Amino acid sequence: MNCRGVIQQFSDFLDEELDPKLAEDLCRHLEACDDCRVVVDTCRKTVKVFCKTEALPLPPDVQARLDRVLAEKLKKRS
Amino acid sequence: MPTHLENEVALVAEARGGSEGAFTTLLRQYDRNIYRLALNITGNQEDAEDVMQEAFLKAYTHLDRFQGNSRFYTWLVRIAVNESLMKLRKRKGDRTVSLDEPVRTENNDLMPREVEDWGDDPEERYAKEEVQQIVSKAIESLEPQFRVVVALRDVEELSTEETAELLGLTVPAVKSRLLRGRLKLRERLNPYFKRG
Repeated sequence: MNCRGVIQQFSDFLDEELDPKLAEDLCRHLEACDDCRVVVDTCRKTVKVFCKTEALPLPPDVQARLDRVLAEKLKKRS
Repeated sequence: MPTHLENEVALVAEARGGSEGAFTTLLRQYDRNIYRLALNITGNQEDAEDVMQEAFLKAYTHLDRFQGNSRFYTWLVRIAVNESLMKLRKRKGDRTVSLDEPVRTENNDLMPREVEDWGDDPEERYAKEEVQQIVSKAIESLEPQFRVVVALRDVEELSTEETAELLGLTVPAVKSRLLRGRLKLRERLNPYFKRG
């Protein structure tokens, strides 16, 4: 596998959805190519940062408006 | 079944039986995720708030249509994604939004221009709130066809298949958008996370 092949396959590789034979080729390439190793490593860290980021509580004004809208809807129903 | 899912099933059953308290409790569990999802897709706080309200009202009105063969959360996400996409499409001056528009297939544009090491746990150099801002800004900078897929796969952690089904895309189309989205995000994060 060459550098272009790594870039085309890295995303499936990170998701562990890459065919095992291709994954093996990719790992072999990473052992020999510093640039690709850094790209795959920083992409892995990118995904990790996104997965790890917790959703913040709703801003208080947004929460208050949501509560009001829901309360009105529920009141209409009853 | 994990406890939180058992709770979800029980709450949905109660809500379908007419318990307003159960419905409100259900929404409380997910409101911040749905708001974040809507914000990530629309890139606009006002739109995100509208989307969340609409999604919850629709969920309430159509609770009897929820089949229970998927998680309630996934059902809610589906409603919120549809509402978010409608917002995007309605927005004037936004030249977006055809999610099924083919992405360019030539590979020259994929090759990363910057190759710099980030070191271990680069996000730990920043406060939690700063990381959240960096992440939001990075997602917001993506074109909608990448933004939606990244928001569902890498932020809300839905599977490739769930994402494809939700967006009416094929699995290869989701993977192709995800790959390009991730490369673009890596580039956007590089100035913050590179060493030195």
